[in-house]
Amino acid sequence: MVKTEIAVVGAGPAGLMAAISAAKAGCRVLLLERSPYMGGQLIKQTHKFFGSKAEYAGERGSDIARILIDEVNATPGITVWDDATALGYYPDGVLTVRRRGEFRTVQPQRLVVATGAAEKSLVFPNNDLPGIYGAGAVQTLMNVYGVLPGKRLLVVGAGNIGVIVAYQLLQAGVEVAAIVEAGPQTGCYKVHADKVRRCGVPIFTSHTVKQATGGDCLESAVIWQLDGNWQPMPGTEKEFAVDGLCLAVGLTPLTELLWQAGCEMQYVPELGGNVPLRDEAMRTSRPEIFIAGDVAGVEEASAAMVAGKIAGLAAARDLGINSETLEAELAEAKEQLAALRSGPVSAKIRSGLAKVALREVG
Amino acid sequence: MRITEHPIISFPRRESVPFTFDGQPLEGMAGEPIVAALHAAGVRILSHSMRHKRPRGLFCAIGNCSACLMTVDGVPNVRVCVEPLRAGMDVRTQAGRGELTW
Repeated sequence: MVKTEIAVVGAGPAGLMAAISAAKAGCRVLLLERSPYMGGQLIKQTHKFFGSKAEYAGERGSDIARILIDEVNATPGITVWDDATALGYYPDGVLTVRRRGEFRTVQPQRLVVATGAAEKSLVFPNNDLPGIYGAGAVQTLMNVYGVLPGKRLLVVGAGNIGVIVAYQLLQAGVEVAAIVEAGPQTGCYKVHADKVRRCGVPIFTSHTVKQATGGDCLESAVIWQLDGNWQPMPGTEKEFAVDGLCLAVGLTPLTELLWQAGCEMQYVPELGGNVPLRDEAMRTSRPEIFIAGDVAGVEEASAAMVAGKIAGLAAARDLGINSETLEAELAEAKEQLAALRSGPVSAKIRSGLAKVALREVG
Repeated sequence: MRITEHPIISFPRRESVPFTFDGQPLEGMAGEPIVAALHAAGVRILSHSMRHKRPRGLFCAIGNCSACLMTVDGVPNVRVCVEPLRAGMDVRTQAGRGELTW
């Protein structure tokens, strides 16, 4: 049994920040990551981030991952276990882990769960044909491994992810037939939509996929228009010969560990699915478990980093570390997170968060 | 197909290693996920669904979705989207749920 003050599950933007802030506050931290490498989904984000200086605005996501990983490696007090999957967390405070094929047990005094999210699919005939990918898979394949997902792709979803991935496909030399969006408007920042439009990629709003066709692999996709009540309009079909289809239709939190641990959960569509109740310090209904990042509700990496900082600091404070510096940093991070969520784009997030708020008692 | 030129990313060339896919000899880069090597070689069908035997391809690429389970060196249900490629691997499409060998 390995004992540690704080265990952090997941070394994406939230988990990295939680580990760094808790260790800098003076705690011994064990950081668990199921992949052989840290960085989570930041490593495939080749676009430059928005936000403010505090969230590394202006840097590419992949560069932010490198900065945070370097900081983890340079911070005393953090032990990293890569290739380590958390399996369960039990009433006696034991976290079970599969590390490099071996079963291990860990006893942390506080646990920060930052397990991220999984991609959603979309329902249409033949949506399981090879060649139909989640947007994240397209990014991983082409931006991390340098392998093309196809020659000509259709992108579904004109939120930030869909439109950014469409641009990244163009950068990699893939033809993008069109971007399809069920809503009446694109959901992304205008600058991203303008970029792909300038490259000649049409964006069909109020359209969705009718069906995919192909033998063993995708060969074409048919889209059709939706009326004001989201009903498809026969006669408006358009067919695209494509060997790839990229679904950027949202994510859902990876909450298995929290369910198993007995945290109180609630279904909140605005946050992507079932999420744990939490207070402002990111503490769940199980007092020793904190959360950060997409597992707490699907947002974006900047918010995940700040929430990770809050969770790490709050967990450290909970272990009896109290200093003016910690209190000041915690207060500052909370303000920073509120500022990130203050815009009109975040109205949905704010309404979702209101449904899962616990009163802070710590 | 591999990306040879990219405006902002440079891909380090890694050591090329041989492996087999259903007995057929292929080459990939050491340490990349098995699926990257398969995709680069044009293999997109990784498995078939249990009941209806429908072809399955890569969907999530980060070990979440189970669309890419294959038998590797005799071990069933390996997620080839996250399993690193090593020289000489025997990669096979899997029939059914796979058998535990212990």
